[in-house]
Amino acid sequence: MSALPPYATVGQRTWHYTFRVICGLVFFFLIAPIVVIIPLSFNAQDFFTFTPEMLRLDPEGYSLKHYRDFFNNDSWQSAMWNSLKIAPMATIVSVTFGTLAAIGLSQPHVPFRRAIMAILISPMIVPLIISAAGMYFFYSRIGLQGTYIGVVLAHAALGIPFVIITVTATLVGFDRSLTRAAANMGADPVTTFFRVQMPLILPGVISGGLFAFITSFDEVVVVLFVGSAGQKTLPWQMFIGLREQISPTILAVATILVAISIMLLATVEMLRRRSERLRGMSPS
Amino acid sequence: MTDISHSGPVLAADGTPLKRSLARALRMQKLRALMLIAPLLLFILVTFILPVADMLFRSVENRIVQDTLPQTVEALADWDPASGQLPDEAVFAAMAADLQVAAEQKTHTKVAKRLNYENPGLSSVFRKSGRKVKKWDLATDGPFREKLIEIDDGWGDIELWRTIKTYSGTFTSGYFLNAVDMQLGAEGPEIRPENERIYNTMLVRTMRMSLIITFSCILLGYPVAWILANLPARKANLLLILVLLPFWTSLLVRTSAWKILLQQQGVINDTLVWIGLVDDANRLVLINNELGTIIAMTHILLPFMILPMYSVMQTINPSYLRAAKSLGATDWTAFWRVYFPQTVPGIGAGSILVFILAVGYYITPALVGGTKGTFISNLIAYHISTSGNWGLGAALGAILLAVVLLLYWVYDKVVGIDNVKLG
Repeated sequence: MSALPPYATVGQRTWHYTFRVICGLVFFFLIAPIVVIIPLSFNAQDFFTFTPEMLRLDPEGYSLKHYRDFFNNDSWQSAMWNSLKIAPMATIVSVTFGTLAAIGLSQPHVPFRRAIMAILISPMIVPLIISAAGMYFFYSRIGLQGTYIGVVLAHAALGIPFVIITVTATLVGFDRSLTRAAANMGADPVTTFFRVQMPLILPGVISGGLFAFITSFDEVVVVLFVGSAGQKTLPWQMFIGLREQISPTILAVATILVAISIMLLATVEMLRRRSERLRGMSPS
Repeated sequence: MTDISHSGPVLAADGTPLKRSLARALRMQKLRALMLIAPLLLFILVTFILPVADMLFRSVENRIVQDTLPQTVEALADWDPASGQLPDEAVFAAMAADLQVAAEQKTHTKVAKRLNYENPGLSSVFRKSGRKVKKWDLATDGPFREKLIEIDDGWGDIELWRTIKTYSGTFTSGYFLNAVDMQLGAEGPEIRPENERIYNTMLVRTMRMSLIITFSCILLGYPVAWILANLPARKANLLLILVLLPFWTSLLVRTSAWKILLQQQGVINDTLVWIGLVDDANRLVLINNELGTIIAMTHILLPFMILPMYSVMQTINPSYLRAAKSLGATDWTAFWRVYFPQTVPGIGAGSILVFILAVGYYITPALVGGTKGTFISNLIAYHISTSGNWGLGAALGAILLAVVLLLYWVYDKVVGIDNVKLG
């Protein structure tokens, strides 16, 4: 879709611009719902739409009151802390197990590789409601339902496919002669792993970890079933808010979460470009 | 150099035959790989696979009748429901004995609840009788047939006894039949009466709406993927961020955004009224119906369609299109006959992915779907958490899982799970 050639007919020109407009509209559809909640969250009124004051850009129409409510409201605060307690733990568990397994999976000879891969990716494929219901029954049986550990384990299981996918993708470009060289010079496997392999695959591990983190941080179905009131997370609180009486505080929370997503997205993109540059691929 | 004429197997440095030595090395390598994978595999098995299997098992498990009414089940074995006769006194006596034990342990309400799923009304018969039977003296108070019927007419109904007999096995297909709007009748499985059929409608609606969502994603995603793949890298990367940001944004944020935008007093309706497209008095109903679910879910799943299409389109050589045009093809022919067929793998991959995700969606339909726009997942959640009919919830879940796994298998054949890319 480089520039239009000078010999293009009127029809071609029209289509060229119509097509751009269509694409613009789709991009608008993708991004507008997310962008529009940001100004709405500064609404001075308890409305979910732009007030006349806001449209006039009158400072009177804007305020931070929904943010103040978020930071002063006990249930929102405890929800935020619960999320911050659960997500990092789940991330650590899935990154540790996931990285080890990804290294195992990328060895040249792995029996039943396809079957193992299918099992490890399955938490991403199985509908969440089925995972949630299954975990609810099973975890109640072994006494993990309604506990912090239960929620962490459940979220770790959901995050593992993302770690596996990103880390195996990084390992595809890994030069095996480096580990052989390290071994040749007398390093034991553990030293080789931490001093040679780990630094090189770190970008993949970190982006896998970020995926696992956001999976847990955003997750609501499983925590609704496996957790109890003591593990009420931010998405859970939002779900209740949306379901029962929707309060504008949700807009402030949503804006904060969008800011977090932008930060995570920027980190992942940076890591991806760095690892492509290291591997000598052109930074696309 | 030693003798080349040396016969026998080639030896490794330590004197073992090379073949065996290599085989051992390979075995060690395999073992090491498996040792690295084993902890995770075990973890997933315990935290994920076992729970799901456990739930699926509930869809056929049916020990409660046998456990609570052991004597009755045994006595009923000789009774033929087709005879049109009520079971004999022995069966009633067994029932009285079982009920007495069950009422003592308060388990008769549970079995009543179980049987009530199959034959509504049974619950009250059991509850009422349980209280009274507790006071009886089993040795002297017979005959129990008349006494039970006296407590509740239900005991004189052959249907009641037929239900107990039908559901006395350890395993049952009842939940699955129920999930597809059938029941175990006198002559095997039969279709439920018209007014009791809900689950098929729900399955069909879930499939239909997921298909609509998949098609709208193709329609909206194709031009975007095309423009991303054909713009210079720098511009394409900037635009790609617009696709990735929704992908990374919390599902609940996007759902709440739609919930707020689609309201009758929301931004979309306000704008339409302001432009003058819609009269203030009849604002559009965009939420709590099928339309709301379709709009919100198309938005949420669109990145999953664009990304695979984009990665396929990136690999298509632009000179093919130029070649087609220089051979005299019109723009449309060149696109339809040359470009489009090459993008089919991308469309396929994206569609399967979007469909798999859409079919199992729970949160978005629950929040913006109202009653008309809910999916099978919402019904499963209802049975697991509210109605308590776990077996039925599990059976519906098993059907949903079967659909998803079938598509997953197709996806694996077409795209390969190894080729799933993120971001």
